[in-house]
Amino acid sequence: MNVVEFRKVTKAFGRIVVLREVDLNIEAGEVVVLIGPSGSGKSTLLRCINALEQIDGGDLLVDGISVKAGRSQVRVIRQEAGMVFQQFNLFPQMTALENVAFGPRQVRGASKAEATTQAQALLAKVGLADRGHHYPSELSGGQQQRVAIARALAIKPKLMLFDEPTSALDPELRHEVLRVMQSLAEEGMTMIVVTHEMAFARKVGTRLIFMEDGRISVDGNPTTLLSNPENPRLREFLQHVH
Amino acid sequence: MDFDWTVIADALPALLNGARLTILIALAGLVGGLVVGFIAGLMRAYGNTPLSAIAFGYIELIRGTPIVVQVMFIYFALPVLAEVRVNPMTAAITAIVVNAGAYIAEIVRGAFLSVHKGLKEAGLALGLPMWKVLVYVIGPVAFRRMIPPLGNQFIVSLKDTSLFIVIGVGELTRQGQEIMAANFRAVEIWTAVAVLYLIMTGTLTLILRITEKRMRIL
Repeated sequence: MNVVEFRKVTKAFGRIVVLREVDLNIEAGEVVVLIGPSGSGKSTLLRCINALEQIDGGDLLVDGISVKAGRSQVRVIRQEAGMVFQQFNLFPQMTALENVAFGPRQVRGASKAEATTQAQALLAKVGLADRGHHYPSELSGGQQQRVAIARALAIKPKLMLFDEPTSALDPELRHEVLRVMQSLAEEGMTMIVVTHEMAFARKVGTRLIFMEDGRISVDGNPTTLLSNPENPRLREFLQHVH
Repeated sequence: MDFDWTVIADALPALLNGARLTILIALAGLVGGLVVGFIAGLMRAYGNTPLSAIAFGYIELIRGTPIVVQVMFIYFALPVLAEVRVNPMTAAITAIVVNAGAYIAEIVRGAFLSVHKGLKEAGLALGLPMWKVLVYVIGPVAFRRMIPPLGNQFIVSLKDTSLFIVIGVGELTRQGQEIMAANFRAVEIWTAVAVLYLIMTGTLTLILRITEKRMRIL
């Protein structure tokens, strides 16, 4: 069963076409790494999945529900697809623990005690058990991003979307976020990751997608593609990222 | 000239009565103004085209006309137009509600829209409906940013009550005017009136300072 199904999806911002009739099926358990030059549409593709961007044409199903099915269905989709942002976007007025407990309380109707216990466990899972009472401004970028991952996991999604999760981090802080993502993948979480981390793509990814100009131009096994990129533009792109 | 303190002592009870009315009008007016301002501001920021247009019309109408004209309209013109008779006190409070509401609407709109859009997206991405995102995610951040400009507006509105002298509300300035008309001690009376306003605005400033310090501005 496909967790995500793009059917000839098009998306434009004004006159600029960002996605051109994209077809894409993603199955449960896949770790899809999306790469491509800036402006190729990879972030937009990701943001269409949880309807932060609305598609203009075609259809897009998440866990069998169309993103065009209306507001309440979109909220269901968003609860099935957790998202991690480049800029973390933690709620600054809440502590790390409150950030993680917030989703379950508001959308899953969990009690405060229940949500807090779960949040504490999730913070421990991302290695921040002792940081629960810190505000985001008191945490490093890597720590903030790990809290953000815990926050997204708290609503028990079936699918995780990562939008350049390490791009805003200093190199020495990236590995702690990547490690959390890797353990998540090893647990069998379905993941779609927009990133420039080729080592992660090779080690953790089960599928690599190269986007150019609103289209998927290469789709295949990361190890094969990265060691022997036949597509000339992918080869050129990889030379620039490495 | 010699400054006669006994003039002030004699006038003080009446002036304090006036100050009491000034506080009452400002307080009631600003509470109402906050309600109106939040509604109109959110309509401007997040409403669909008709809602936003209504709020825009209201804000422009009020900001484009003097408050004296507004209170005269409420007190003298409204009874003719709609046959609603209002007492001066009601007219004064209504004028502050309507007037401060328009300015507060712009403060609210500005503060909400100044919050980084990533926070809205993070809230929506959790599956929250928009109203919950506004109440729990954006609202608390925006509210902290509103405190300094709101403080400004509170002080302006408090002083604007002095203009209601034109409809005969017995607030502080009117009391001063009446006493002055009887004893002609302009220096003493207007000094006392000015000092009383300063005490009121000073207290307000202090309260706002404390509120601001207690909340971390985000």
